[in-house]
Amino acid sequence: MSGAPRPEEAGHREGPPLLAVDGLCVHFPIRRGLLRRRVGSVRAVDGVSFALGRGETLGLVGESGCGKSTTGLALLGLVRATAGTIRLDGAPPIGAAGGATLAHRRRMGIVFQDPFSSLNPRQRIAAILRAPLDIHGIGRPAEREEAVAALMARVGLRPDQARAFPHQFSGGQRQRIGIARALALKPEVLILDEPVSALDVSVQAQILNLLADLQRDFGLSYLMISHDLGVVEHVARRVAVMYLGRIVELAPKPLLFADPRHPYAELLLASAPVPDPRRRRRVAPAADEVASAAAVPPGCAFHPRCPLATALCRSDRPALSPRPDGRLLACHHR
Amino acid sequence: MDLAVAAGETLAIVGESGCGKTMTALALMRLLPEGAEVAAGTVRLDGQDILALPERAVEDLRGSRIAMVFQEPMTALNPVMTVGAQIAEAVARHRGLGGRPAWAEAVEALRLVRMPDPAARARAYPHELSGGMRQRAVIAMALVNRPRVILADEPTTALDVTIQAQILALIGTLQAELGSAVVLITHDLGVVAETADRVIVMYAGRKVEEAAVTGLFDAPLHPYTQGLMAAVPRGRGGARLADIPGTVPPLSALPPGCAFAPRCPLAGPRCRTLRPPLTEPRPGHRVACWERGA
Ligand SMILES: Nc1ncnc2c1ncn2[C@@H]1O[C@H](COP(=O)(O)OP(=O)(O)OP(=O)(O)O)[C@@H](O)[C@H]1O
Ligand SMILES: Nc1ncnc2c1ncn2[C@@H]1O[C@H](COP(=O)(O)OP(=O)(O)OP(=O)(O)O)[C@@H](O)[C@H]1O
Ligand code: SF4
Ligand SMILES: [Mg+2]
Ligand SMILES: [Mg+2]
Repeated sequence: MSGAPRPEEAGHREGPPLLAVDGLCVHFPIRRGLLRRRVGSVRAVDGVSFALGRGETLGLVGESGCGKSTTGLALLGLVRATAGTIRLDGAPPIGAAGGATLAHRRRMGIVFQDPFSSLNPRQRIAAILRAPLDIHGIGRPAEREEAVAALMARVGLRPDQARAFPHQFSGGQRQRIGIARALALKPEVLILDEPVSALDVSVQAQILNLLADLQRDFGLSYLMISHDLGVVEHVARRVAVMYLGRIVELAPKPLLFADPRHPYAELLLASAPVPDPRRRRRVAPAADEVASAAAVPPGCAFHPRCPLATALCRSDRPALSPRPDGRLLACHHR
Repeated sequence: MDLAVAAGETLAIVGESGCGKTMTALALMRLLPEGAEVAAGTVRLDGQDILALPERAVEDLRGSRIAMVFQEPMTALNPVMTVGAQIAEAVARHRGLGGRPAWAEAVEALRLVRMPDPAARARAYPHELSGGMRQRAVIAMALVNRPRVILADEPTTALDVTIQAQILALIGTLQAELGSAVVLITHDLGVVAETADRVIVMYAGRKVEEAAVTGLFDAPLHPYTQGLMAAVPRGRGGARLADIPGTVPPLSALPPGCAFAPRCPLAGPRCRTLRPPLTEPRPGHRVACWERGA
């Protein structure tokens, strides 16, 4: 499929991308009855293409259930793509045909939202951090111990905390452990799946600062998944807005936040509360609920909620296409 | 902890996780969990002390004159009863309306919270509704008896921003229609800025600042409040966020003096030994801080 945006589009200008995603689809079967027959599918991710440059942060936003986490998991090969390819610079692509190799997984790490459930409660911190090195057979045992100590220092944990269990840590400290674990194999790309959503604002600031330091020191690329537009606006260089499994707008951050063009992106930005009581909401909130990935509307998936929708929107799916101002947009009327 | 809220007013309570916001709300409802008790104080609703009432009388108050909306709608709803039946039950319990009129009230309450197709959705079970619809059903149940006071504990934290905007607008509209007082508990300063008239900032179980919303955002006084405000990302990309070093102390091991002193850039010797009283350095703007108080 040739639908992938070229790297120079939508603000990406740094030579060949480190990560290129082309036409990614992940469909989950819906099964019913005694024979568990397949009666339909959840189109969690349905034709997603983007590129990520070295040292770059791409924000990924969208409603609950629109496929952000599934996209992240598919990039690592933790869920199998139904179609499309994922290519890390200099390596053969993975996708529907072939699952992720160990070499692919080593180059990417993931940090999950919930620092409470994503750590094994019965393992000490040192064992949690050493596990990836053991699995990939990296270094001799003594070297692994050293690597663990260095990782802990790097994310701001004290050496004596190596023998503690996860429940002995606060939410912010657990998220530091999650980040250290994701860094253990010296990845080039980190998928950050709502890494600060469970944290209070001041702890959130500590973790975002840590992520910024790590990116600068190691030249990491981030895919930052978040429903907090303030967080995305702070960290991202470009932002992709997803709706029901597809990217509907992808633009350099300043452009998107100053002037969202897709009606869903517009609704999303208008809905975010602004931390300034002198700038209260300007737009009446829309009345409808999010549709389900198990029953994606035909045409433009946003048409049942869209104030601009016409017959064309109800029948034809708008393609994600480049616009003169440098953004990618999927809308018939914008 | 002192707290007063007038009819038609929205009071927000903010503070970091574990600082005692939910405990405060539960104490107001006399719903504290086993092992927790109100050590001292009174809670008055239109002049009547709730804490002194017999349990039966408090049960009558809950869900009628004072109602609570919890963060997680699933815990507030009975999974094996339709939402209409649950709301009708609340009507029957507090207003003695039976069968059909109570059901009609329930459907009307669902219509009021802008539930799409309320007559049909009244017959739905909680798991058949989306998260946003469930939270609307919980709000309908809280509002159906036209309470004088609505306590909302993180009512939108679990929801998407688009649905959050709807729910907050809805609470505001209904509040204006019913003239209820709203106590909104949240740690989202955006939500506070968007909805509150007045704000209480809590730290480690105590009120450290109280002010009108514009006064608080224009010129926060307490170093903790200033730290919270500075930590909010505001899109100035690249710049480091100001964080507050350290963590909230456990309520069981509070330091003497000001509980914020170990993390405070302004703390002096007095802060470490004596607890600062709440003073009013500006009209209507109170703060508990040795360096910033009157
Ligand atoms: N293993 C699975 N089997 C079936 N359906 C799934 C599976 N995983 C996810 N889904 C469905 O795929 C869709 C996308 O889910 P996903 O978790 O990627 O959303 P998300 O954008 O990360 O949402 P959130 O913001 O709530 O985390 C949802 O409809 C979800 O219910
Ligand atoms: N049943 C209980 N027994 C003993 N301590 C409790 C109990 N429930 C809560 N606590 C403690 O009381 C303190 C205040 O808790 P509370 O739930 O009021 O915090 P909160 O401000 O609502 O936090 P959050 O923002 O996380 O909801 C916390 O330190 C908590 O650990
Ligand atoms: S394509 Fe049509 S329905 Fe979709 S967002 Fe644009 S105007 Fe709205
Ligand atoms: Mg997710
Ligand atoms: Mg709470």
